[in-house]
Amino acid sequence: MTDAATERLTSAPQAESEPPGPPSAMRPAELVRWAWRQLTSMRTALALLFLLAMASVPGSLVPQSGIDPVRVAQFKAAHPGLAPWYERLSLFSVFSAPWFAAIYLLLFVSLAGCVLPRSKAHWRAMRAAPPRPPRNLERLPVHVGWRAGRDPASVLDEAARELRSRHYRVVRHEDAVSAEKGYLRETGNLLFHTALIGLLVAVAVGNLYGYKGSVLVVEKAGFSNTLAAYDSFSHGAGFDEDKLAPFTVELDRLRVRYQATGDQRGAPRDFRATLSYQSAPTAATRRYALRVNHPLVLDGTKVFLIGNGYAPIFTVRDSTGEQVFSGPVPFLPQDGNNTSVGVVKVEGATPEQLGFQGFFLPTGTIDARGPISTYPDLLLPTAVLTAFRGDLGTGSGVPQSIYKLDTRAMTQFTGPTGKPLAGALRPGQEMVLPDRQGSIRFDGVRRYATLQVAHDPGKSPALLAAACALLGLMLSLFVKRRRVWVRATAAGGGRSLVEVAALARVEGEDRDGLHDEVTGVVSSLGHEGAGPTTSTIGEED
Amino acid sequence: MAGETLAQLSNNLLYSSMAVYAGAMYCYAAEMAFAPRRQQTRAVPVAERSMATVARTPTAYDAAPRTAVDGGRAPAPPTGTHGTARADRVGRVGVALTVLAFALHLGAVVARGLSAGRAPWGNMFEFSTAGALAVTTVFLVLLARRDPRYPVRYLGLFVVGPVLLTLGLAVTVLYTDSEQLVPALKSVWLVIHVTAAIIASGILTLGFAQTICYLVQDRLERRGDGPAFMARFPSAAALDRAAYRMHAFAFPIWTFAVIAGAIWAENAWGRYWGWDPKETWAFITWVVYACYLHARATAGWRGRKAAYIALLGYGTFLFNYLVVNIFLVGLHSYAGVG
Repeated sequence: MTDAATERLTSAPQAESEPPGPPSAMRPAELVRWAWRQLTSMRTALALLFLLAMASVPGSLVPQSGIDPVRVAQFKAAHPGLAPWYERLSLFSVFSAPWFAAIYLLLFVSLAGCVLPRSKAHWRAMRAAPPRPPRNLERLPVHVGWRAGRDPASVLDEAARELRSRHYRVVRHEDAVSAEKGYLRETGNLLFHTALIGLLVAVAVGNLYGYKGSVLVVEKAGFSNTLAAYDSFSHGAGFDEDKLAPFTVELDRLRVRYQATGDQRGAPRDFRATLSYQSAPTAATRRYALRVNHPLVLDGTKVFLIGNGYAPIFTVRDSTGEQVFSGPVPFLPQDGNNTSVGVVKVEGATPEQLGFQGFFLPTGTIDARGPISTYPDLLLPTAVLTAFRGDLGTGSGVPQSIYKLDTRAMTQFTGPTGKPLAGALRPGQEMVLPDRQGSIRFDGVRRYATLQVAHDPGKSPALLAAACALLGLMLSLFVKRRRVWVRATAAGGGRSLVEVAALARVEGEDRDGLHDEVTGVVSSLGHEGAGPTTSTIGEED
Repeated sequence: MAGETLAQLSNNLLYSSMAVYAGAMYCYAAEMAFAPRRQQTRAVPVAERSMATVARTPTAYDAAPRTAVDGGRAPAPPTGTHGTARADRVGRVGVALTVLAFALHLGAVVARGLSAGRAPWGNMFEFSTAGALAVTTVFLVLLARRDPRYPVRYLGLFVVGPVLLTLGLAVTVLYTDSEQLVPALKSVWLVIHVTAAIIASGILTLGFAQTICYLVQDRLERRGDGPAFMARFPSAAALDRAAYRMHAFAFPIWTFAVIAGAIWAENAWGRYWGWDPKETWAFITWVVYACYLHARATAGWRGRKAAYIALLGYGTFLFNYLVVNIFLVGLHSYAGVG
């Protein structure tokens, strides 16, 4: 098909033939132009898409430090030979790795290089009239012809009216009608790809100006939204500490409910944290029932309930009988039944510092596996502790985990038989240390909630971009771009020779619809005989 | 009715539907076995060429007789042999049994939802059951359309087989009692996000089956030979188009499912995208199907190569459903398995 009108019904770049390789000796400008053509070709885009999918795979199989740093540490400990290589290849942070960024940035450059010229071409196409019919309509994918019993002008008027009612843009020529519709297909396509670029920008804005912090809050305690209050905090390069929303939150009570029976016994059923909060220091105190999926929204910042656990309350006395510690100590849950581990560090004890480490079991038993909880709620709260004395190492300036005891400079207390001293305490019970070194009493339990505070200014733009992408995608997949031509020539005696032919944007995908469309147009022109023929040759793209 | 009674009813309905599905599967298999010899019917490439010729001869005016459009291969081959009639009859029984199995299956899903008082797709067992129901639903919708250009009964075995397999896996390995949800799943987005994922997976499964059929049929057409039952299948070109339609329909739904998931994640965890393994694989599936759609518009990638990409896409979907849920650690660990 050489006719201008039947040329590709698209402004997509022509990718039919293998792009020529770079000439052997090129000037820099030519080389740049050649490289640009390569980058913006469909093949390259396809290859980059593939690469993007493949590059994501290790991110799901190798533990990622941004998602689960604990598992990364475990992996490094288990594979000391492999870990440095993984580190070098950024396999622990795939999605922020330079090579991952290289792939998606190239993809987006390629995309932009494709979208811009296409937008220009589409802008022109939208303002242009449908082209005149090709000379030989029979060569089009769908074609039908017949002799009509009326003059050409009335046939063409009727055809133009019919095509307009089918939402075609119609041009009436002397001997023919040209019609085209489905411009929205390309509009949608461009919208989709532009929206993807917008999505990338929104994600970047969120990463640059957003922040995320998590904080552990024990019942009857609270925190204020300042950097110092957070246990962990991450933010983008453009984050400004002074712009933190000045709210304070207090956890009044945390209620939990677990499945009590059946094969899902112990599965969580409800977590509900009652908060008192002030959105600003001078604002009134309000209450909010914080639940999973129901964050508290404060001035564009959201507070989420993402975890919970137990903080057993201990009272420690030292060798002088003085109370040197009293309060709740958060323990970290290790399994679905909240078997929790933790430590109590008593810096102010004399003559030596005291340290306790062990388990908190909401429903405690001690079996062959050691101390373990058999149900996540407080049916039989038990604290199982061992005790140490010596130097806690907290004064050394090296940051320490509050969940671990550094026992290198400490001596473990032993019982009368010489075995390490261990006590399984129920609320109210006390473990007395040998040699009058003091005692620790398990007073009771409070719950704690882990709250996540997040602010992402790119969130709403990202949602808007995603919605535009979806809309564009649907338009580009479901709108059919079609051209229809009707030609009528006088055949003598008030009769005419009528031909209807049609062309689709993606012939292979729209041939049935196109055939139906032509059948409809033809029958509206009063012809009921042979239907249109559809050929498989000349598939268009 | 008490929750437990309803849950028991649901299980009974599910087992009944599996028995009926098995019957339907035998019928579809028998329909293939009774198919007539190949030579009588398998001549589509030639027919296509002759049609094209018709289109270009001057006699296309008035006189040209109406030729069936390619892909409009009549559902039953026009041979009228004993074998064809028998195959057709047993195929119809297969469809009737599929409808019955669908009704029982639907009843099982509804009863499960009523017993728990929530959307019945809160764990892997329920997701599998609902996903299998979506596959049957899409198949029956296509059957009900009775579009002569897109016959689908030939797909029966390839639809009911995997459905039965999925249900078998669900009731044995994945089964969990009907209970309430973990707090993380108590959200209206469970209905929106997971429903979209289930619908998309149902359509993608049909597209996958059609793609396999296309690849087989395409090879046979090139060789001009093959088992008799393949002659009952549409031409490779028609299968390719049908598969494309499925994928093009499913892709925006999958996109929506991913977006809805992101909105939910933002509402539950404070970030809309965190490269959790489940999210990562949903993204990979999306990218691979995007590759497929692009490949169909790229010279040198249409046809078989694009079809292989579609198969790969379905592979990533299955990986996300089976491997990620059960074996990879992440925030989406709601399988309730183990």
